[in-house]
Order: sequence, then structure tokens, then C-alpha cells
Amino acid sequence: MLRNTDSSYGWAAIALHWLMALAVFGLFGLGLYMVDLTYYDPWYRDSLALHKSIGVLLALVWTLRLLWRLLNPTPRDLSGSRVQALGAHAAHVLLYAMMLALFVSGYLISTADGRAIEVFNWFSVPSTLTGDNQEDLAGMVHEWLAWGLIALVALHALAALKHHFVDRDATLKRMITVIKQEQKP
Amino acid sequence: MKKLLIAASIGLAAMTSANTQAATYEIDTKGAHAFVQFRIQHLGYSWLLGRFNTFEGQFEYDAAAPEKSAIEVTIDTASIDSNHAERDKHLRGEDFLNVKEHPEASFKSTGFESTGEGKGIISGDFTLNGVTRNISFPVERIGEGEDPWGGYRAGFMGKTTLKLADYDITYNLGPASTHVEIELHIEGIRQ
Repeated sequence: MLRNTDSSYGWAAIALHWLMALAVFGLFGLGLYMVDLTYYDPWYRDSLALHKSIGVLLALVWTLRLLWRLLNPTPRDLSGSRVQALGAHAAHVLLYAMMLALFVSGYLISTADGRAIEVFNWFSVPSTLTGDNQEDLAGMVHEWLAWGLIALVALHALAALKHHFVDRDATLKRMITVIKQEQKP
Repeated sequence: MKKLLIAASIGLAAMTSANTQAATYEIDTKGAHAFVQFRIQHLGYSWLLGRFNTFEGQFEYDAAAPEKSAIEVTIDTASIDSNHAERDKHLRGEDFLNVKEHPEASFKSTGFESTGEGKGIISGDFTLNGVTRNISFPVERIGEGEDPWGGYRAGFMGKTTLKLADYDITYNLGPASTHVEIELHIEGIRQ
């Protein structure tokens, strides 16, 4: 079952979710690691190239996921509390928004001088805005957003665990596997 | 008649001595006839060139009394430009110029020693990355004279080599890149 239903996510949504989770953690770790590398480290150049390439691809997957989300039903909230459901929705919207802001700020660092971003020698994303000290401002925003996103991701994961272990509902389970719809008699 | 001549020559002498009062020149950064360039070896294989885009200053200068020469320049360290945004961002950070903490570099001359027509050694306090050291380096006059727009200009260049570690910049760029050459090219407009 590829598509979402009212009660469960489909395989496409599940795959997109975990692919992006992996990429977000990977980019965060790679980002922290690469900014402290010394000039003579063999990874000094490649780490940044990898970070930019994965970042651009993640932005594309982000777009795909948003489209998929809009074209599919969203499984209903299982908390039974309107406040909790609203909170969860707000957190999800914020996750998307922060990722988008991270893509934009990262893009603005590397393209501040008119250079394009090379994606794995495959294609390149051209520069658009170039301003005075743009790379510094965008860099600051990018770093703060990265920490902010990871904090929000932690909250997101804790909330999922709370659903699983405290509320004992299927919120986490249905993001891991497709749950067959209960057959109505 | 004799008296008048004496009076006139005294007057003339007074005028010429007044003329040896060095004139003040404003460095023409508005018209960008001034450059703070630097170059440093990359891996020992090539020279990397860059500059500081924003700075200001003035100098005192009189061809008849070069020993009175003096200069003051203030450089906005965040204006470093090596034609690569990612590198410039790194250069502004804590590994190098630390521009948040030290937004300005400056040179303030403390002495000038003439070494010939239009040449000399200038010494002064140079501040970079919060560290002030007394340095001296040769300068030479490129030319001076009236400009086509009613002003009077004089231009100089000076060049020195700095050891980065002297200014607490210790990021390892390799053994060929421990020193940076700085070139100052300035044209001043007499005020």
C-alpha cells in the first residue's frame, strides 16, 4: 500500500519520513564535524562538498514529500485531545518550515559570491542573491536553525515515544509499518 | 630699498617655513584610488590574493620635509575579500581574523626616515586581531601633482610581510603559509 489512508501512512510516506530523518541527522553531524576540520585534513574539502550535495538533494525530497502529503489523506490524530493534536500539527509545520529555512540559508552561504553549488558532479544549482557579508549572516542563521531543528526533532521523537509507551497508541507504529485497516463486519 | 628687500626676504623666509608645514591628505577611498592588498602562499604552490575593501585614513606629507610624514589607516576587517564567500566567511571567523571581537585593524605611524628622493622607511603601531606591534617597512612615492578636477594628489605604496603567529593567528595553513604579504597602495587628496 503506497498511499496513505485515514488510519495509516502508506509506504511512500514512511520511506520519505525515514529517509529525511537519516539525512537530517547525517547533515547535522557532518556539519558539526566539517567546520572543525583542519586545513590539511583529507576530508577538508570533500566533507563540505558532500554536505552541500546531500543538502540540495534533501531539499528536492522535501518538496516531493510536501507534494505527497498534500495529495494524500493525513492519518487522523490518535491522541483524542484537540490541544495535543493542534500541538502536533504545529510542530510538524515547524519541522517543514525550519528545514526549508535551512536549505535557503545554506544555499545563500555557498552562492554568496555568485558561485553555483555542485551536486555530486551531477548538476549544479546556480547562484541568485549576492550581497555584502551575505555568507556571514546566512551562516549564523544556518547554524542556529540547525540546532533549533535538532531540538525540535528531539521533541518530536519524545512525543512519538510518549504515544507508544504512555498512551499505548499506534502513532509510532504506523510510521514504521503500514497498518492494515480494520475490517468492518 | 635695501630695507624693503630685507623685509621681503624675511617675509619670504617666513612663508617658506610655513610651507614646510606638512599638508594633510585624505586617502581617496571614495574614488577607490587606494587598495589594501594581501597575498599568501597556498600550499607553497601558488599565491592567493585578496584585499580589504573598506578602510579609511589620512596622511601628512610634504616633499620638502619628508621627515614630517605620518599616516593613519583604519581597516574594517570584515571587508576581507578573497573572491570566495566560503573562504571569506572562514577568514572572518575565530580561526583567523575574529572580526566579531576585533572589527578593526589599524596602522598609526610613529616615525619616518627618508632614504632618498621619494623613498623612506615608515615605522608605526600595527594592530591586527587585537595584537599591536611596532613594525617598519619601506614606502615609496609613486607621484604627485594636480589632478584634472582642481585638486592636488599624492600617491604612495608600501609593502611588508607579517608573521601570522605574531598576531595570534595560528590556524595551520602549512609551512609555506605562515607569513602574509600586505601591500598598501594609496592616493591622497590634499585637504
